[in-house]
Amino acid sequence: MASRKSLQANRANGDKYSVLLPTYNERENLPLIVWLLVKYFGESGHDYEIIVIDDGSPDGTLEVAEQLQKIYGDDKMLLRPRAKKLGLGTAYIHGMKHATGNFIIIMDADLSHHPKFIPQFIKKQKEGDYDLVSGTRYQGSGGVYGWDLRRKLISRGANFLAQVLLRPGASDLTGSFRLYKKKVLESLVERCVSKGYVFQMEMIVRARQLNYTVGEVPISFVDRVYGESKLGGNEIVSYAKGLLTLFATT
Amino acid sequence: MTKLLQWLLGVSLLGAVWALVAFDLLELSLPRTYREVAWPIPLYLLVSFGCYSLATVGYRVATFNDCNEAASELHEQIKEAKEDLRKKGLKM
Repeated sequence: MASRKSLQANRANGDKYSVLLPTYNERENLPLIVWLLVKYFGESGHDYEIIVIDDGSPDGTLEVAEQLQKIYGDDKMLLRPRAKKLGLGTAYIHGMKHATGNFIIIMDADLSHHPKFIPQFIKKQKEGDYDLVSGTRYQGSGGVYGWDLRRKLISRGANFLAQVLLRPGASDLTGSFRLYKKKVLESLVERCVSKGYVFQMEMIVRARQLNYTVGEVPISFVDRVYGESKLGGNEIVSYAKGLLTLFATT
Repeated sequence: MTKLLQWLLGVSLLGAVWALVAFDLLELSLPRTYREVAWPIPLYLLVSFGCYSLATVGYRVATFNDCNEAASELHEQIKEAKEDLRKKGLKM
């Protein structure tokens, strides 16, 4: 736990971190991820807000979010729902419009990304004044939980192929646990057109193209505790298509 | 320049140099051994790249960390969170 002194220093430095949580049917997970965010930001003392962008979940995610807003206060919990499921890129744009932080953190709301890494992201960002800090499953102490051999092989193979073709200067292209300077995310998001896995890859490839600096922090990725995580033929085909598109256009 | 163009440029440069030596296109009357060595080099390169790829991916799969501690820590925290949220009045 942080000492009182660094707690105060973190609070006083004027930086604010807006966490964007796009959700769709995350009724079970949302309270837990919010609880963890509050816990770790409370310990580190950084100024923060959580912006939930729910895309009309039929399972009542929004209702749970409203309860959480009552518990944690509407300065910490902002709800920016949308009527139906739209793309991830537009979710970030939508969320960012209302973000008051000068840094934006994007992560999945399904508990595969643990908020305990956020203080490390922040520290890393300050070390090199990086434009973006990306969590990586592929380096150092990073890793995954809940993947069988087949899944690991596909993941490593797909990543290797992307590294060879794109030479992006970052080890985890499809990861979606990242910290951005707000201006950087704004300029990237409007350039990126891909969907799904490829969207995250396009973001980091374009970042390199625009000469933004990238820092990396090893993270453990715990695959969905509640709900299903899929990797089927469709995902692989769309990944390959996206990779080739980036190869030909960036 | 796109990555595709960079690749095409690189491959055609290498290909041109290889063709010059392997077929002695400039008629430099290079020693025969040069040509004999140069001729199968693209195949060697391809095979070594294939081996390198397989070895790299294999090594990385084998050393992919299983984050068992992270998972059990998360499970503990989920219990704690549920209890705390219930106390705070959240209806799940």
